[in-house]
Amino acid sequence: MNTANPREFLAASKDPRVLEAQTPSSDYIDVPESRPLRLDCNRLLAPYRIAYKTYGKLNAARSNAILVAHALTGDQHVASCHPVTGKPGWWETMVGPGKPIDTERFFVVCPNVLGGCMGSTGPASINPATGKPWGLDFPVITIGDMVDAQVPLIDHLGIDQLFCVIGGSMGGMQVLQWASRHKERVFCAVPIATAAWHSSQNIAFHEVGRQAVMADPNWAQGRYLELGIEPRNGLAVARMAAHITYLSEEALQRKFGRNLQDVAAKTFSFNADFQVESYLRHQGSTFVDRFDANSYLYITRAIDYFDLAAEHGDVLANAFKGTRTRFCVVSFTSDWLYPTRESREIVHALNAVAANVSFVEIESDKGHDAFLLDEPELFAAVRGFLNAAAEKRGLEPAREGRR
Amino acid sequence: MLAPAVRPATRVDHLLIAEMVEAGSRVLDVGCGDGALLQLLADTKQVDGRGIEVSRERVNACVARGLAVIQGDADRDLVDYPDDAFDYAILSLTIQATRQPKAVLEQLLRIGRRAIVSFPNFGHWQVRATLAFTGRMPVTENLPEAWYVSPNAHLCTIKDFADLCRLVGARVERAVAFNASGQQLGTWIPLTVHNLMGEKAVFMLTRRWAG
Repeated sequence: MNTANPREFLAASKDPRVLEAQTPSSDYIDVPESRPLRLDCNRLLAPYRIAYKTYGKLNAARSNAILVAHALTGDQHVASCHPVTGKPGWWETMVGPGKPIDTERFFVVCPNVLGGCMGSTGPASINPATGKPWGLDFPVITIGDMVDAQVPLIDHLGIDQLFCVIGGSMGGMQVLQWASRHKERVFCAVPIATAAWHSSQNIAFHEVGRQAVMADPNWAQGRYLELGIEPRNGLAVARMAAHITYLSEEALQRKFGRNLQDVAAKTFSFNADFQVESYLRHQGSTFVDRFDANSYLYITRAIDYFDLAAEHGDVLANAFKGTRTRFCVVSFTSDWLYPTRESREIVHALNAVAANVSFVEIESDKGHDAFLLDEPELFAAVRGFLNAAAEKRGLEPAREGRR
Repeated sequence: MLAPAVRPATRVDHLLIAEMVEAGSRVLDVGCGDGALLQLLADTKQVDGRGIEVSRERVNACVARGLAVIQGDADRDLVDYPDDAFDYAILSLTIQATRQPKAVLEQLLRIGRRAIVSFPNFGHWQVRATLAFTGRMPVTENLPEAWYVSPNAHLCTIKDFADLCRLVGARVERAVAFNASGQQLGTWIPLTVHNLMGEKAVFMLTRRWAG
């Protein structure tokens, strides 16, 4: 432990998670002090870094770029091996050669969000003013700030208008925010399993998670990085609670039932007798191996604060006034975190401005997580929508046999 | 690119609607089903087309073939659209299945500069004959389901529909009836004969009121 010089401590760290937060193995841009970000909390942030991955090639007209926006605990490694866990990308079912987001046809950009912990500036980054990790000195950010922080990246890549912005859950919120704040720069938008505002129940779940982190003594008022400790237990409990909300009662029952794990009978103890307990503990412990606790606090807060209608005089339709973007809204029947009625609200608002909108509800019993899983109807909808939009945008047709 | 598989024979009312619609216009097809009309209008008239369909499976199939369709229904979802959002608001063989045909027709006339409505004619002689001679609800090509499974809640005749148009203040720009073999009945034929010989009808309407 080296409290005297945290920068040196962090630089000397062998923890791949700490290394990725400081110096990402992916590409990144450093936005200079001359281009500060005006945050929704009215503070200025500069300089800052946005780490990102790209896949495929940008065409000569720079018209085939798709921005993939990640969810709460996602990152830029959407379709390639994760540098910390060694696992495949989080959306390889959707993004890749011949996939619905076909990297042989489209240029895919996936940034790590502001506030994240995979190389973009966040609470685990070094605060240039103190030489220490930001911790709780990092400003509270919003979904709007995340999106605004991605604009210099798109400029840097020479893209005037993104062909598409797509994402699920918090990624879907970024999609809506892109389509609202930067209308002219989004040709089509695919918000999946999301909502235009975060419900009271969802804020409640987030608060449980944050309190679990903060109740861990190793959280140390957010200064755990400079102290060389980490709030593993708190963050794991937060993840366990959240993970339940990503599934459905039906999926849990089907997968685990009341089955016991590695024991023949109940042990009359508080060990993980049930498979579902063992599963959740595993989810918790693997999560803390790759994620920063303070990032979890900041990003959940950003989601809580998200309310696109409130930004527009409580009329959601005003968020999309004058839009020429083509939308494809997607929900899942068993998603109780962002239920279909919340997607329908988005659709109604888009109808109210006579926007070009498609809306599909996919039948699935896998809950909110369905958007990350193998859902053929989802793939068919996204592929069909993107093909039709690409034709309107004048992109080259998909190769035969790839439809 | 949207290479159609074997497409079912195009419906005569669809062909007539495609003939009525101006090229490049904005169209809403309410109750768009499998998207056949939207596809026809896109292919032949390059319209900016949208659809509403109640069946989730059909919506997903439409979106997968690149059509802008939402899951919803005529009774609930038309109120969201602004006035004059479309050049044409089309209700194709759907009005008889809505809960409130009058309210739906008024919404169509509000959100479209023109409304095009097609419907099966319950005044057709076969329907009348079945009811008169068997004493049972008719099951025909246009009304294929038994009464207890049929989605049709508000069946009407051509005369009934003409009355409704008057009631809501719609001007009938064009009205065409098709006989059982899909041929248009001549416009010189009196309405009473249309009502007897027409199996289905297509009306193009505008609103009389200002705005």
